[in-house]
Amino acid sequence: MRRRDFLRNGVPMAVLPALFGSIGVKAFGKTSMIDSLLKVTGTDNDHVLVLVQLFGGNDGLNTVIPLDMFSRYNNARPNIAIPEASVLRLDGTLKTGLHPSLTGLRDLYNNGKLAILQSVGMPDPTYSHFRASDIWESGSDSTQTLNTGWAGRYLNYEYPNYPVGYPNTTVTDPLAVQIGAANSFALQGPAMPMGINIEDPSNVYNLTNGFTDVLPAVHAGTELNFIRTIAQQTQTYSQVISAASNAVTQQSVYPADNYLAEQLKIVARLIKGGLKTRVYMVSYDGFDTHSSQVEAGASTTGKHAVLLKTVGDAIKAFQTDLQYLGIEDKVMGMTFSEFGRRIKSNDSSGTDHGAAAPLFVFGKKVQGGILGDSPDIPASVTDEDNVPMQIDFRSVYSSLLQDWMCVPPQDLNGMLLRNYQALPLMQQNACRQCTVNGNRPVYQQSGISLISNSPNPFVSSTTITYTTQGMHTMVQVMNTSGKVIKVLVDKVMKQGTYTVSFDSTNYPPGTYYLRLQNMELSQVKAMMIVAP
Amino acid sequence: MGVTALTPNSSHKSSCQQTKPFRTLSGIDAYTGSFGTAEVVHLLKRTMFGAAIADVNYFKTRTVVQAVDELIDNSFALTSQPVNDYNSADFTDPVVAPGQTWINAPNLSDGDFWRVYSFRKWHVGQMINQGRSIQMKMMLFWHNHFATHIDDVFGSKMCYNHHMYFRNNYAGNVRSFAKFISTDPIMLQYLGGQYNTKWAPNENYARELQELFCIGKGPGAAFTENDVKEAARVLTGWKVDYDNNTYYFDINDHDTDNKVFSSFYNNTTIQGRNNSTAGNTELDDLLNMIFANNECALFICRKLYRFFVYYDIDAATEANVIAPLATILRASNYELKPVLKALFKSQHFFDAVNYGAQIKSPIDFMTALMREFKVSFPTASDYVSNYNFWGTIQYFTYIMNQDYGNPPNVAGWPAYYQTPQYYEMWINSTTYPKRVDFSKWMVEYGIDGNNTNIKIDTIAFTRLLSNPSNPNTLISDALDVLYRVPISAASKAQLKTATLLDGQANDNYWTSAWNSYIADPTNAVKKSVVENRLKNLYRFIVNSPEYQLA
Repeated sequence: MRRRDFLRNGVPMAVLPALFGSIGVKAFGKTSMIDSLLKVTGTDNDHVLVLVQLFGGNDGLNTVIPLDMFSRYNNARPNIAIPEASVLRLDGTLKTGLHPSLTGLRDLYNNGKLAILQSVGMPDPTYSHFRASDIWESGSDSTQTLNTGWAGRYLNYEYPNYPVGYPNTTVTDPLAVQIGAANSFALQGPAMPMGINIEDPSNVYNLTNGFTDVLPAVHAGTELNFIRTIAQQTQTYSQVISAASNAVTQQSVYPADNYLAEQLKIVARLIKGGLKTRVYMVSYDGFDTHSSQVEAGASTTGKHAVLLKTVGDAIKAFQTDLQYLGIEDKVMGMTFSEFGRRIKSNDSSGTDHGAAAPLFVFGKKVQGGILGDSPDIPASVTDEDNVPMQIDFRSVYSSLLQDWMCVPPQDLNGMLLRNYQALPLMQQNACRQCTVNGNRPVYQQSGISLISNSPNPFVSSTTITYTTQGMHTMVQVMNTSGKVIKVLVDKVMKQGTYTVSFDSTNYPPGTYYLRLQNMELSQVKAMMIVAP
Repeated sequence: MGVTALTPNSSHKSSCQQTKPFRTLSGIDAYTGSFGTAEVVHLLKRTMFGAAIADVNYFKTRTVVQAVDELIDNSFALTSQPVNDYNSADFTDPVVAPGQTWINAPNLSDGDFWRVYSFRKWHVGQMINQGRSIQMKMMLFWHNHFATHIDDVFGSKMCYNHHMYFRNNYAGNVRSFAKFISTDPIMLQYLGGQYNTKWAPNENYARELQELFCIGKGPGAAFTENDVKEAARVLTGWKVDYDNNTYYFDINDHDTDNKVFSSFYNNTTIQGRNNSTAGNTELDDLLNMIFANNECALFICRKLYRFFVYYDIDAATEANVIAPLATILRASNYELKPVLKALFKSQHFFDAVNYGAQIKSPIDFMTALMREFKVSFPTASDYVSNYNFWGTIQYFTYIMNQDYGNPPNVAGWPAYYQTPQYYEMWINSTTYPKRVDFSKWMVEYGIDGNNTNIKIDTIAFTRLLSNPSNPNTLISDALDVLYRVPISAASKAQLKTATLLDGQANDNYWTSAWNSYIADPTNAVKKSVVENRLKNLYRFIVNSPEYQLA
């Protein structure tokens, strides 16, 4: 091997079965012949979910203000209450208003693109940031710990086995993208994070250099395998992300000096650029407003006002851009924070850790309005009083998965571990817009190895094992130029796993490809004939 | 379909989950095996930042007992203090001249963050120039354990004192740490303890004292919400004295009633006091109660284990390592040195299953890169250049997600506690390219400062190896100290051919090039011949996934 080749292509494919074992195209060099043979219909379920995480525990009562019990609200937190005259009014309701910084969300609400969900929380609240974050992100009970995130389990349902077998010809793009350098537990899958992190979508990385030795059978092997996988994913996915990003040359205006807006701008760009990523995650920090939540004597200003303005302006600009880019139909967003804050304010012009709080769901297809009632505020409020849960946070996940990501109801249990109340979050028939039914199996199957052969490499004969979902099934052998040299199976079959042998005595040594075609699904695997 | 890994676990990963394929039953009995390069490198990469060749050679002349005792017992006093490196057109320190330390100067009302930032840069230099001791690694341990956020608090001098306590007491008494941190003005600010009064209790610190600092969330941790409230009442009245960079107790804000705890704490009642020493006395009572609980020592030992050995604590490790270490910790009345010595001398620590099992944290990665390659910095008197370089290194650890001074929250960095990923959280598609880029620059060009440059001097490093003229020995020697996983002979040969031999088959091409350069080291052409090939070699090594392991 030449030096340059070694340094550039440092990892021969043999060491990356985890990523490329079932697919030959990227790994063995593209040829247009193979490309065209592998062409499958792209997935049409193009709905995207954008999660906006507000770290620190957002003060719900100063975000969505209960005008229908304003005197109790004012009484509970006189040093930080928003003056009644300053509260933003919403079309069609006298009960509820918004913090004066949230003009962006008010506009979305009045345009029917915002749902306000009242008092979302957990049945047995915890006041620890970390425990509450873990619960929100994993979707667990308060007494339970899970090692996977709720969105990670959803993605694992849609794309089983990840990262083994990804990317592939059907699923070319990252399953989830998180903007920023930190991983969210929500995207944690059974084997590893289901998403990748990006900061600058235009970056393309070359990270494949490395040794190819087999993994040592100690913990170091586990960790080395993880790092190699990340390196390979980063390299591969940075190319498709960069291509998507570069495909978009014009976006509408986003507010300046707004980090959340910067993140959402990237999201809009990647969706418009054609990335088939299903879940995006952005975040904003600073909501832990124990003190100086408002400026003394001017409760519409201060820390919380700035935070909310950032959030409202960013989401408004994002929604405007989605419309400008013509992709508003396929994007739905949701805000969440690990908990709300106490009803009663403290002596430091702030609020301590609390329980339930409102959250926002935004998008063109959302069923706009207010879900739930204003929280009940006691006439005489103590330090202990909290906003009780009206809506279990997992009902929100469940409803979004069913009515936006179009997961059949019978499959939700596998992701959320229990049945949750279905909420009317989406407009009627939001899911009919995705032509999901025919295609769902394609990407669900794409990570599973459906065809393999043994022995491999082989001299004169090998046995091929393949799995068909039924109906028409074809097994072909191709050479490296993509030419089909042998058709081993070509018939209508019953669902099941079968074997067929391949006699290679008439073919020269070298790399060949096995191809399985079964309805809309196809898989390709490399095999090698060696000289006797 | 597909959703297979959903079985809910109980609240503690360590003893309930069997996720990792590799197991060991070894415990804390003394390790009696060989103590050669592999073992020394393992010990140094865990207890210091990287295994520098001089340190490896030094400790190879010791026994494992001697080496561990030295690393734990030896500490190093300061030889410098953070200085004014920050005067600029935007800000001039009114009382401290450039190059002079500010730690004894009057407080600033404006621009104090410049001093804080100079402390953070200076600390990078302290880590790079560490002595042969666990001291600096323990500082990072404590900063992660008693985490505070330097950007959220005020007072450069108080920040400095806070971190110097960690340095001076690096392997001291855990209960003393808890006592210190409970009234530390930085912590009083960070978790709002200064606002915790009998009129308006603030439970923040009382909760974290138990949940994050002393008891944890393990299967045996059963303190109640009421225990949090009662502890908050004990802790009422502590204030920050901003003028004098210290704290004080105000009995007027202290809750003088009795505080009653749950059965987890044996239904302890802490007697309320009403005098000027009430805060101190009740705090001692509170800590005595907490540290008397068995869970406390277990929790501390699990934290140490995850920081120094591996993140996965299975049932065997809990029984054979954590529990006996906790017994030692209790027996020593929470003195840490006996525990550290037992751990680092143990069969379990030197069990091959744990070699290379850590993914370097960003601070470990960056500091070790400087130390292992003996990167040469400007002379100490050129503080401007040094602070500039340290600031660059600090910036890179920050964008790789580990900013000394600013752990993301009071739980510390998630890589030390977040199941199931732990250390793997350091590596993702954003942070990994930054490691690769930075280490590549250090080999290829270095970083430029004003009229100076720091870089990995590949020739100087190679000269530290046993026999650089032999390309096989060169590569083996280098990988022995830089890597923690074995590399096959075939891969080493491939690397040699691709880099040192430039595609040629004969080792002698390298040998003669090296010898020719050694015989005529000022000859620029001969130097560039070997340097170009060494750069290819070391760039490959530091950019590899293997170099991320410690």
